[in-house]
Amino acid sequence: MTDEPLLRVSALSKFYGSRVGCENVSFDLWPGEVLAVVGESGSGKTTLLNCLSTRLLPSSGTASYRMRDGQWRELYRMSEAERRFLMRTDWGFVHQNPADGLRMTVSAGANVGERLMAVGDRHYGRIRATAVDWLSRVEIDEDRIDDEPRAFSGGMRQRLQIARNLVTGPRLVFMDEPTGGLDVSVQARLLDLLRGLVTDLGLAAIVVTHDLAVARLLSQRMMVMKDGRVVESGLTDRVLDDPRAPYTQLLVSSILQV
Amino acid sequence: MATPLVVSDVAKSFTMHLRDGVTLPVVTGVSFSIRAGECAVLGGPSGAGKSSILKMLYGNYAVDEGQIIVQHGGGLIDLASASPRTVLSVRRHTIGYVSQFLRTVPRVSALDVVAEPLVERGEDRETARAKARSLLAQLNLPEKLWALPPATFSGGEQQRVNIARGFITEHPILLLDEPTASLDAKNRDVVVELIAAKKAAGVALLGIFHDLDVRDAVADRVIDVTAFAAGKIAA
Repeated sequence: MTDEPLLRVSALSKFYGSRVGCENVSFDLWPGEVLAVVGESGSGKTTLLNCLSTRLLPSSGTASYRMRDGQWRELYRMSEAERRFLMRTDWGFVHQNPADGLRMTVSAGANVGERLMAVGDRHYGRIRATAVDWLSRVEIDEDRIDDEPRAFSGGMRQRLQIARNLVTGPRLVFMDEPTGGLDVSVQARLLDLLRGLVTDLGLAAIVVTHDLAVARLLSQRMMVMKDGRVVESGLTDRVLDDPRAPYTQLLVSSILQV
Repeated sequence: MATPLVVSDVAKSFTMHLRDGVTLPVVTGVSFSIRAGECAVLGGPSGAGKSSILKMLYGNYAVDEGQIIVQHGGGLIDLASASPRTVLSVRRHTIGYVSQFLRTVPRVSALDVVAEPLVERGEDRETARAKARSLLAQLNLPEKLWALPPATFSGGEQQRVNIARGFITEHPILLLDEPTASLDAKNRDVVVELIAAKKAAGVALLGIFHDLDVRDAVADRVIDVTAFAAGKIAA
């Protein structure tokens, strides 16, 4: 573990007119750390994720990111072009709906290769070989490389989206309900895959989910949100096994036991 | 040699917000220390707070009051007030924990479940697996199960996977929450041997054992948890 965080978030707020999206959120994220943000629909977790990934600009507050050269940059003061470059190279964003993160009408191989070309790789053979390697890492057979994701199942599309995001070796990945809408066996396979990739690559990740079991499996730390505010945060197993805030107790007691 | 674990004046209660905020006191004034090479056992009836104490020592339960001082990374840290990041580091390097029940991860084989804590500490995967194999063999887990995820194993089989996972590392402090509850006599003896080996290696152990034979075989000292009963003071 390094002694410096990767991302520092301070007093971040986003208002939609007079309505609160998220309010006064602060935390540090270290390399290799997975932070889960949980809460029910409308709790502000997706607004927070969109602000952090600069897809939305916050109303107030700051977020600083430690670049690969060790320099700290204030995210909301970067130019649009700089932010886009960061998004393409050092970050990944896994959407709940793979169609939002993939290009559905180009081949699976091109979906993965495109991100490599965006970081300047021009060698066709090498791009294809890397694409094949990544497809196999997300358990997609090599003979599907020329198929379009339109022809893939939901679980395969989600795995392809993950390959597309991880191929450039990002240091920080944002995930919005990565297992939402998948059936349980597909979900288990995806979670296992994500867990392995996050550990092997030492990725930092911020995972938004309403599923506490997903949070337990993937994250070391978690934040519980309600009405745009963080009501409790801490070590994931501590929050789940000894919830202290009234709302967290309600959430934990609402889990169905299998 | 410095004392690896010192607990002083620790208190814990639960506030049940779904029951109109009623507070359930669990323990108060918990104070003891564990020396290297010693196995202490928490004694007392069910509900006295034995598991709660273990869980606080592992950072799994929050601590209301008091200090838990641990020798960690060449210094002393107070686990009761440590940041989540520090608690994770303590778990990786200093405090190991064998829980009563195995929390299984889908699709991960028993062998890798056991090897994982070593890999997390930077051990090479194959070396970790080799060590995992020898522990599972020692605990008499049939070899044909090693490659399977433990979710469908019997209670005793899962517990042996859990024990192997807890004993594979060389953490200087090891917490044991009824590790022998669903084991037969032969495997109970194996656990007693494993505990003796840890003691010989200078590990500080703290456990809960309802099985009196096991308890008598491993305990150097019994810490009576009823002395920390919070109800006495609240009442």
